[in-house]
Amino acid sequence: MNFLADITTALPETILLVFGLVGLLLGAIGGDRISGLLRVLAAAALAAAAVTAFVQFGRGESVPAFASAVAPDGLYKATLFTLFAKGVTYVLAAFALFMSGGALKSSQMERYEYPLLITFGSFGAGMMLSANDLMTLYVGIETLSLSSYVLAAFRRDSLKSAEAGLKYFVLGALASGLLLYGSALVYGFSGGTSYAAIAAAPSSVGLVFGLVFLICGLSFKASAAPFHIWTPDVYEGAPAPVVAFFSTAPKIAAVGVLAHVMFNAFGTHTASWKMIIAIISALSMLVGAFGALMQNSIKRILAYSSISNVGFALIAIASGVEKGAAAVLVYMTLYVIATLGMFGGVLALRRAGKPIDQVSDLNGLVKSKPGMALGLLILIFSVAGIPPAAGFWGKLQVFTAGIEDGMLWLVLVGALASVVSLGYYLRLVWAMFVKPAKEPLDKTDISVAATVAITTILVFPVLTITIQILLDAAARAAGG
Amino acid sequence: MALIAFYILSTVVVLSALFVVAARNPVHSVLWLILTFFTSAGLLVLIGAEFLAMLLVVVYVGAVAVLFLFVVMMLDIDFVALKQGFQNYLVVGLLVALALLAEIGIVAAAATFGGGATFQPSPGAATNAEALSKVLYTDYLLLFQMSGVVLLVAMMGAIVLTLRSRPSVKRQSIAEQVGRKRKDAVELKDVRPGQGI
Repeated sequence: MNFLADITTALPETILLVFGLVGLLLGAIGGDRISGLLRVLAAAALAAAAVTAFVQFGRGESVPAFASAVAPDGLYKATLFTLFAKGVTYVLAAFALFMSGGALKSSQMERYEYPLLITFGSFGAGMMLSANDLMTLYVGIETLSLSSYVLAAFRRDSLKSAEAGLKYFVLGALASGLLLYGSALVYGFSGGTSYAAIAAAPSSVGLVFGLVFLICGLSFKASAAPFHIWTPDVYEGAPAPVVAFFSTAPKIAAVGVLAHVMFNAFGTHTASWKMIIAIISALSMLVGAFGALMQNSIKRILAYSSISNVGFALIAIASGVEKGAAAVLVYMTLYVIATLGMFGGVLALRRAGKPIDQVSDLNGLVKSKPGMALGLLILIFSVAGIPPAAGFWGKLQVFTAGIEDGMLWLVLVGALASVVSLGYYLRLVWAMFVKPAKEPLDKTDISVAATVAITTILVFPVLTITIQILLDAAARAAGG
Repeated sequence: MALIAFYILSTVVVLSALFVVAARNPVHSVLWLILTFFTSAGLLVLIGAEFLAMLLVVVYVGAVAVLFLFVVMMLDIDFVALKQGFQNYLVVGLLVALALLAEIGIVAAAATFGGGATFQPSPGAATNAEALSKVLYTDYLLLFQMSGVVLLVAMMGAIVLTLRSRPSVKRQSIAEQVGRKRKDAVELKDVRPGQGI
C-alpha cells in the first residue's frame, strides 16, 4: 500500500475531509460569527473537490486504492463512472450551500455546523460512490446518513423539523440494518466483501437473498417505492435549504451507488436483480405520480416528484450496464440540475419572513416576480421532461435504454406516469401564471436568484443544444 | 463437550431473544437482552474468538444495555398506551415475520457457504487481539479512519441538536469570583440614628 498514491487517488474526498476537520476547529474558535465565512469556504472546498474529480475523469484514471494483502482489489476505486457522479454531486452540494445563506439567516439557523455537516455528508457520498468493498460502502453511507439526520432536524425549535429528523433517523436505522444483514449474507455466500470477489462468486440462493436486502437498503437511501414512506414527511419538516440539498447531491449519489453496486458487484448476477429493480422502478414512478395529485403542500409535491424521478432513473439501471449506465448518468445529471433550481427557487420564496408552504401561495407569481416565474416554468418543464427543456433528453435516453432492452411494459408505465405527473406540474404553473396574485412576497436573495438563473440557462437553451457533450461524457463514464 | 455447550448456549440465546420481544415489562426486556449478549459472547468464546467475546460484553453489556436501561427507567413513557393497537398490526406483523422466517429457512436449507466457511481466530498471530489489530491499523486503515469520521459526525450532531445557550441559567464564573475585591462586595455606611439606609 503506497499511502501517498492512495491519497492522491482519493484526492477529492481528502480535500473535503481536511476542510471539514480544519473548519470544525475554526468553528470551535470563532463560533457562529464565522458561519458565513465557513459557508463560502465549504462551497469552495466542494468546488475544488468537484474540479479534482473532473480532472481525474478527464485523465481517464480508473485506479484502485488502499489495496493490501487482505483486500487485494482495494477498498476504494476511482472509476470513470463514479468520478462523473462524484463531480456532479460535489457541484450540486456547493450550489445548495451557496444559495442557502438567506434562508438560514431568516430562520435563525446560522450556525457554523451547517456547512460542515454538508461537507461531511458530501464526503460520505463520495466515499460510498468510490467504494470497491461492501465495508467502505457501508461506512460511507453512514457518514452521509448521520449528517442528513442532523440536517433534517437542524431547526431545533420547530416541532416539524424535529419530527422529520426523528422519522428519518428511525427509518434510516432500519434501512441500515437491512443493508448490513444483506451484506452479511452476501459475504457469507460469496466469501468476500470486495465487489470483484462478489462478482466472481457463483450465484446461490443465499447470495440472491443478500442481494435483495442490499437493494432494499439502497432503495431506501434513494427514496424509491416501496421504501419511500419517509420522503414526503422529511421533506415537509426539514428546513427549506436542507431539502434543496437532500433532493440533489445525495439523490444522485444514492442512485449512482445503486447503479454502481448492481453493475459491478452484481454485474455477473444480472438476471437475479433485473426484475426487482424493474418492479421498484414501476412502483416509484406510479407512487410518485399519483401520490402528488392529492397534495397541497409544495414540499410534499416536490417529494413525490423526486420519488417518481428516481423511478425513471431505475429504468436505466434495470436495462443493464451496456444500455443503461450512460442513461442513468445523463438522466440524473439533468434531473438534479433542474431540481436544484426548482426546489431552491420555490423553497426560498418567503412571505413576511416565513417560507411559503401551500400551492396557493404561488398564486400570481408572474406579476410579482416575472423572472423567477419564467425560470421556474422552464425548470418545471425540464423536470417533467417536456421539450425543448433539457430534461427531455434525459427521459429520451432512459426510455431508449428500456426499449432497447425489451422492457416495453416498463417504458409504457413510465409514459403513463409522465402524463399523470403533468397534472401537478401544470397545477404549479397554473398557480404561478393564471391565478390572481396574493400579498407580495419578500425580496429574493441574490444567491438564490443567481442559482435559479444559472440552472435555467443551463437547462434551456445551453444543455438542450450542447447535449451531445454530456452524452459523450456519460458514454465515456459508462465505458470505464 | 463443546457441542453440548454450543447447543445449551444457542438455545439460551434464541429463547432470551424471544423474551426480549415478548416481555411485558420493558425493564425485563433489557435484562433479557443482557442475557442474550452474554450467551452470544459465550458462543464467540466457543469458536476461539475470545477478544470479540470480551468486546461484546464490555461494549454491549457494559455500555449499550446499561444505557438502554437508563433510558427505559428515566423516560416517562406510558407503555400501556404504546402497546395499544398491537392487535391491529398483529396480522401484518405476523405475515412479515413468517416471510422473513421462510426466507431464512430457504437460505439455511440451501447453505453452501462460499470460502469454505473456515474460521481462523488468530491467523498467523499469537492472540486474536494481535491478529485483529494487525489488519485494523494497516490494511483496513481507510475504514478505521472513516469510522472515526462517522463518530465525529455523530458527536457534532449530538452537540448541534442539544447544546443551546440559555441566558436565564446562572453559571459559576471562577475568574469573576477570584477577582472579586472587598470594595466590590462590602460598603461601609454611616447610619444615622433613627433613619434607615
